[in-house]
Amino acid sequence: MADDALFEFLHMEIVSHVYKEHATREDIDRERVTCVSTLEAMGFRVGQGLIERFTKDSPSFKDDLDVMKFLCKDFWSTVFKKQIDNLRTNHQGTYVLQDNKFSLLTQFSSGKQYLEEAPKYLAFSCGMIRGALSNLGLEGVVTAEVSVMPSCKFQVVIQKL
Amino acid sequence: MAVCIAVIAKENYPLYIRSVPTQGELKFHYTVHTSLDVVEEKISGVGKALADQRELYLGLLYPTEDYKVYGYVTNSKVKFVIVVDSSNASLRDNEIRSMFRKLHNSFTDVMCNPFYNPGDPIQSKSVFFCAHTLSIFYVTIH
Repeated sequence: MADDALFEFLHMEIVSHVYKEHATREDIDRERVTCVSTLEAMGFRVGQGLIERFTKDSPSFKDDLDVMKFLCKDFWSTVFKKQIDNLRTNHQGTYVLQDNKFSLLTQFSSGKQYLEEAPKYLAFSCGMIRGALSNLGLEGVVTAEVSVMPSCKFQVVIQKL
Repeated sequence: MAVCIAVIAKENYPLYIRSVPTQGELKFHYTVHTSLDVVEEKISGVGKALADQRELYLGLLYPTEDYKVYGYVTNSKVKFVIVVDSSNASLRDNEIRSMFRKLHNSFTDVMCNPFYNPGDPIQSKSVFFCAHTLSIFYVTIH
């Protein structure tokens, strides 16, 4: 089915549209921060809605690790058609999700080319993870890093009250 | 037949309350509010008692002399409470479950509506929600 391609193209357009909108600003740093937070906020709302739909029939989650496993398996496979390849945790609320072939980055390069452009394309997904966690009751901060494309790591730090 | 339906947010404030006899609405608000305690008890109690499957449907919360109150909690900790009239022939458990299922489905649609901000009261103009809750009010036993 052509579903994945549709979302990938739409996502690319969203990123370029948001950056074009803010291109008039003088200050490069502020512009980047505004764009990234716009994209992240979009992803947040989408993540909340998606979780509501996906967890409609599944039973409640036992603990944080259970939530993260759901995110890595069911959520990721429904959105990106594959599972997260590696989940690491320090059992103190920090989780690292590694995806070796992130579908939104496969079209860029298979190495280090265009590495500096990658963070723009990860903001939406970070927001989506944050929104999903927030709707399941876990507040946290999600950041992403890329060293070699198309593999990327999402770091989730859950804030315990 | 349901006499009152309430949707309560994670932070325990109501997102949506509708009752059929529009007089005496305050009484239903009060009933729903007191049932929240029972819901909380069930959510936290089950976690410690059984480590396995936790269901979303909470069942009969408590019966009063005129009404029975049923509860349901979603994975995003949004609670649904339905108050039914005790006087008519008691509705079977799976009918109550199907009412909650319909309610959950229309709540999911509202959540996915891009014009709805999670945490806002659900305005009755949102087509799905109004229509589905009305259908729950008028569900017939056969």
